[in-house]
Amino acid sequence: MTRSIGLRALVLSLVILTIFLAAWHVAVSGGGGGGQTVDPEYAKLVGAAAATGGQTPMPGPIDVGRTIWKHLSDPFYVRGTNDMGIGIQLAYSLARVLLGFGIAVAVAVPLGFLIGMSPLVYRALDPFIQVMKPISPLAWMPLALYTIKDSSLSSIFVIFICSLWPMLINTAFGVASVRKDWLNVARTLEVGPVRKAFTVILPAAAPTILTGMRISVGIAWLVIVAAEMLVGGTGIGYFVWNQWNNLSLTDIITAILLIGLVGMVLDQILARLTRLVTYQE
Amino acid sequence: MASSYISIEGIARRFPAPEGGKTTIFEDLWFGMDRGEFVCVIGHSGCGKTTVLNILAGLDEPTEGAVIIDGKAIEGPSLDRAVIFQSHGLLPWRTVLGNVAYAVASKWRDWPKAKVEEHARKAIATVGLAGAEMKKPSQLSGGMKQRVGIARALSIEPKIMLMDEPFSALDALTRGTLQDEVRGLCRTTGQTVFMITHDVDEAIYLADKIVLMTNGPDARIAEIVVNPLPADRSRHDVHKHPAFYPVRNHIIDFLVTRSKSFAAELATPGKVWNRRSPPLVTPGAPDPTPPLARAV
Ligand SMILES: Nc1ncnc2c1ncn2[C@@H]1O[C@H](COP(=O)(O)OP(=O)(O)OP(=O)(O)O)[C@@H](O)[C@H]1O
Ligand SMILES: [Mg+2]
Repeated sequence: MTRSIGLRALVLSLVILTIFLAAWHVAVSGGGGGGQTVDPEYAKLVGAAAATGGQTPMPGPIDVGRTIWKHLSDPFYVRGTNDMGIGIQLAYSLARVLLGFGIAVAVAVPLGFLIGMSPLVYRALDPFIQVMKPISPLAWMPLALYTIKDSSLSSIFVIFICSLWPMLINTAFGVASVRKDWLNVARTLEVGPVRKAFTVILPAAAPTILTGMRISVGIAWLVIVAAEMLVGGTGIGYFVWNQWNNLSLTDIITAILLIGLVGMVLDQILARLTRLVTYQE
Repeated sequence: MASSYISIEGIARRFPAPEGGKTTIFEDLWFGMDRGEFVCVIGHSGCGKTTVLNILAGLDEPTEGAVIIDGKAIEGPSLDRAVIFQSHGLLPWRTVLGNVAYAVASKWRDWPKAKVEEHARKAIATVGLAGAEMKKPSQLSGGMKQRVGIARALSIEPKIMLMDEPFSALDALTRGTLQDEVRGLCRTTGQTVFMITHDVDEAIYLADKIVLMTNGPDARIAEIVVNPLPADRSRHDVHKHPAFYPVRNHIIDFLVTRSKSFAAELATPGKVWNRRSPPLVTPGAPDPTPPLARAV
């Protein structure tokens, strides 16, 4: 039954994909020159670009497919600072996300522990967290660029900042809401504070902490694209922006697809990890 | 009183009241327990039984007074006093074996892992759970979970067992089996046991002494019933003992009427009652106490 439902869902997904690709193909190749279906503002831009370059207005699925194939068959070439394989660009972005995220984990988990264990610290830090949390991480960029004076480090800092809050809040919440019974078990067994932290509080709060990490990595992956568009140089965000300047829509669509795929993989990895530490009461 | 193994000396516990001020759950509570004694506490919900148990466990501190065990005042929890929690308190991410081994490894910190496991397995087998070692608590029935809690408490070979309504969530059959097991284990190991229960029959079957607490706030130990049943009793014929029904009726009468009106009872002329040594009574036995100190 479940297998047949999985199979049917797969078939349905494929049908939807086929219809979508077909509709896309028809919309792009039909439509009388392709100009009318396009946003007028976009047409203006294309008009301006057409004078210098002469681009096709909107690529069809076959063009995009060809570009994807081109990128995937040689993802890691380097032909200059502005011409690197899409794999390299993705690797840059991933490295920044993992670095910023990793530093955020190293800060948020111990700090969250501290906040969660002490109602005093919880109350004292709460107003700061409440103010910092809603700030768009990109708003930190100018300040980061000014103080750090390095675009790559600045984007890592921005990733750090945006990953920090969900993990901090979830860790503190998870630690603060560990069942009193479990803490009492440790107390009656005269378990020391360090052993208690690792054998009771951490496993009890782990699902909440990992949920925080999952939210953080999702946000980080959203933010890195925008951050790299802003500071340029390398990364998938920069790649998108660069292709926009080249008006190469096939490349942009390819990048969008890959961003989605990588984001999904990151999310799935953390979902797996969360499932690993989840316990049933 | 001072010669008792466990001596509760004038303890009080007050909580901040919602409308300001303090609520006194109980105050000036005195009570002693001898080594190897099995004591059950009976009283209505909210009278402060768990609070007393938590103080004995060292998980809570009395606002006033002290508890002296074996000549030393309690300062926090100790491995000498095992607690069986009302809600079993198993760590859900650990297996049965993991839960018991955690306690064993906490008691004997220098034991190698194999020895810890072996000891834990033995405790698990004692409560009849051999074969379920690798199960998680969520895969166990209520009775099995409670057994794991008992195995965990027994595994650390405590001097004192503190049990908070350990069988209240169980069906009658499981409850009976576990009562037998716990009674047997505690008798063979010579435990001193302090157990809270709402079940009068359970108290009579298990206890040497039954402490009757009045309703809160300001709960008191009204009296202590000395169980006249022989030490080696069997659950099938406790009710055939001539003292069984007098004891049972006495306790039920206390729960139904006297626990509410104990203050009025104290006000009756001629009533003798001393907080420091609540009267020991033995319903159904030739009366050793003066009639006025007994139930009316
Ligand atoms: N942390 C607390 N703050 C305020 N009041 C409390 C607190 N803990 C317990 N109390 C109060 O103390 C009284 C005694 O509570 P306790 O848990 O000892 O009752 P109990 O006799 O064990 O009841 P039950 O049979 O229902 O378990 C209750 O009226 C309760 O409201
Ligand atoms: Mg209670």
